Amino acid sequence: MDLGYSESELAYRDEVREFLATRLPKRIANLVKNGKRLAKRDYEEWQAILNARGWLAPNWPKEHGGAEWSAVQKHIFEEECCIAGAPRILPFGLGMLAPVLMKFGSEQQKAHYLPRILDGTDWWCQGYSEPGAGSDLASLKTKAERQGDHYIVNGQKTWTTLGQYADWIFCLVRTSSEGKRQEGISFLLIDMKTPGIEIRPIILLDGEHEVNEVFFTDVKVPVENLVGEENKGWTYAKYLLTHERTGTAGIGFSNAALAHLKSIASTQMKSGRPLKQDPYFAARMAQVEIDLEALKTTNLRVLVQADSGAAPGPESSMLKIKGTVIRQEINDLARRALGPYALPFVSEALDEGYNESPIGPHYANPIAAEYFNNRKLSIFAGSNEIQRGIISKTKLGL
Amino acid sequence: MDFDLNEDRRMLQDTLGRFLREQYTIEKRLEFAQSEQGYSSQMWQQFADLGIIGALFDEKAGGYGGHGDDLMVVFEQLGKALVVEPILSSAVLSGTILSSLNSDLVEQIISGQTQVSLAHLEPESRYDLAHISASAVQDADDWVINAHKSMVLGASSANRLIVSARTGGEANDENGISLFLVDPMASGVELRSYSTIDGYGAADVFLVNSPAQLLGDKDKAFALIELAHARAIVAICAQCLGACEVAKDMTVEYMHTRKQFGVIIGKFQVLQHRMADVLIELEQMRSSIINAAGYLEDGRILREKHVSAAKNLIGRAGRQIAEEAIQIHGGIAMTWEASVSHYAKHIIMIDHLFGDTDHHLERYIELN
Ligand SMILES: Cc1cc2nc3c(=O)[nH]c(=O)nc-3n(C[C@H](O)[C@H](O)[C@H](O)COP(=O)(O)OP(=O)(O)OC[C@H]3O[C@@H](n4cnc5c(N)ncnc54)[C@H](O)[C@@H]3O)c2cc1C
Repeated sequence: MDLGYSESELAYRDEVREFLATRLPKRIANLVKNGKRLAKRDYEEWQAILNARGWLAPNWPKEHGGAEWSAVQKHIFEEECCIAGAPRILPFGLGMLAPVLMKFGSEQQKAHYLPRILDGTDWWCQGYSEPGAGSDLASLKTKAERQGDHYIVNGQKTWTTLGQYADWIFCLVRTSSEGKRQEGISFLLIDMKTPGIEIRPIILLDGEHEVNEVFFTDVKVPVENLVGEENKGWTYAKYLLTHERTGTAGIGFSNAALAHLKSIASTQMKSGRPLKQDPYFAARMAQVEIDLEALKTTNLRVLVQADSGAAPGPESSMLKIKGTVIRQEINDLARRALGPYALPFVSEALDEGYNESPIGPHYANPIAAEYFNNRKLSIFAGSNEIQRGIISKTKLGL
Repeated sequence: MDFDLNEDRRMLQDTLGRFLREQYTIEKRLEFAQSEQGYSSQMWQQFADLGIIGALFDEKAGGYGGHGDDLMVVFEQLGKALVVEPILSSAVLSGTILSSLNSDLVEQIISGQTQVSLAHLEPESRYDLAHISASAVQDADDWVINAHKSMVLGASSANRLIVSARTGGEANDENGISLFLVDPMASGVELRSYSTIDGYGAADVFLVNSPAQLLGDKDKAFALIELAHARAIVAICAQCLGACEVAKDMTVEYMHTRKQFGVIIGKFQVLQHRMADVLIELEQMRSSIINAAGYLEDGRILREKHVSAAKNLIGRAGRQIAEEAIQIHGGIAMTWEASVSHYAKHIIMIDHLFGDTDHHLERYIELN
């Protein structure tokens, strides 16, 4: 057993730190650290910087312009980026679509789409969920009917994260209603500018436009936009779910959130001393830190195993559940730490240019909103109930 | 022992409940909350005309209730509709103080003519009622106040402010705090108004050499401030209970209609059990409020112990109920469109008013 990073991993970490210190724009890091809104161009700016360095796609093979890092390297990278206040890398094109294309896409599709994902030409969104198909994704109804050289797509997707920025959407669509439900689903790439697509915003409980509904009416999609074989889309989507595992636990985010919580707790005062010295609050913080420290090791144990070629399993479900519960707990504590100043909320103050004086401490405004927004963590990407079902079935044989 | 409401209170409950169901839909509530003023003047007047404000004062003060159960009955209903009109700040926080001092403002509060807001806590106070550093000095017959008061509920629409300030003692002393009546239009008074994340109007209030009129005895206001907060805590706990009941009902209804995997999600045992726990917690909430309401007119220690117990329990149970309501609804509860999200926000944020779970746990231990 050896708990430390190796010599070369440490050198790599220094390199990442050095890169972040010099190349991550201060303006963007400040937005992230202060819980401000990010614009489309902020994500694009940062991704272009990473791409220039060859670090935008940590888990892509080198032949496609990826970094081909080990799992431990990816873990280090995520942790450092979060602490430095880098925007999150949106997973839709880079982490979700690309692995599917590499494994199941045609040579033409790889040659066309992969470079455009890297250089930011195409912004992708994920069109899986439908109003009637959430946890039970296989019940999806959006239909694609073959007519000559095209599919004609009709139906509705929903919850499409940042779809308002997207150039393309990758969709699971129904191409057959025969046999098992899973066996009539195909994986289709659709240009968002195609006539017949209408996108409508969904405003979340914190007032933010983060997700959308996407309606398809007789949308013509060329057959060459089918990935792999018709009716095999479910297999590809499942491949994706077990493929991308480094980020599942959200360690980097929790780490950064805990650091932020600690800094809040050292400035907030209670009974004449910093809140972090209050036994009740200190106990709550220690508890979640203990859980996070253990999860870091659980995460690395899983990652190291995956690196050595072990088959993916329900471990990612464990990481997802514990990771989201911990992150939500940290958000809860940050809200508590503020006391009465968790209450005021000025939405405009989340804008970059806002320069009126804050109400209460300068870090207060986004905190409660973040707590509410992150309730999504236990709902999406396979709800925690669904993940528990997977664990008890595959791990415990129940 | 009798846990039933008497005839008068049942009527109050029915009348208010019916009025709110018919007139105060969630759509209207969101409209009121997002309006410039942050609430509806028309609704405010209707609450007064219906006698809802009068029910929060005893007969001596010109009302017809004012006991713990009145607070409980009224605020449970107000919570069910997420009512944003500043009844709590005017009738309970300020009303308790003014009626104890036999102020003639009470009559105008009951009629709806006047709103009064209590500006007590400060940025450094957190939830500590004695942590007051605002200062008041006497200038001939008049008083002059300097203060920064935070999260003052209902401040922007108040015709009068009750402002606490030190006339003696140190920042943490219970002794040496006095109350003053301040005209918000007076010189040196400034409001920074905002909405809370769950849609209620509040403000930070700044006073620079503002003229003020002493209310009650100099240096001795702490006991009255504590009593006003005890009553406000009973009220806000009942409001939380009302909101939790609605969140529970909405969730159960959704479990009956939402289908996944070919069945209603209410068929999944894990969700059934969690809603069973929610129901248990709701009953616990109600009991803790009954306790607090019942001891409200007893001696200080007994009263405050039960008040802190209720606020602690409601903070814990409220979080559980709000989070379950969101989780069991799934993605839909994350949206502005879904009214359950507004209930969840209010339930959670109540923990930030008048002391959170930890504050009241600590206080309970001290009082014990
Ligand atoms: C902010 C946000 C962003 C999203 N972004 C995207 C996106 O970009 N693209 C996309 O395709 N989708 C996206 N989603 C959708 C997300 O994947 C779904 O919300 C998720 O699959 C859950 O589905 P649902 O919301 O319909 O809940 P439901 O499936 O209706 O679930 C309701 C409740 O029932 C429980 N439940 C369901 N089945 C079972 C069972 N068998 N046993 C026990 N409990 C069960 C669930 O856990 C949940 O608590 C997003 C969602 C949110 C909230």
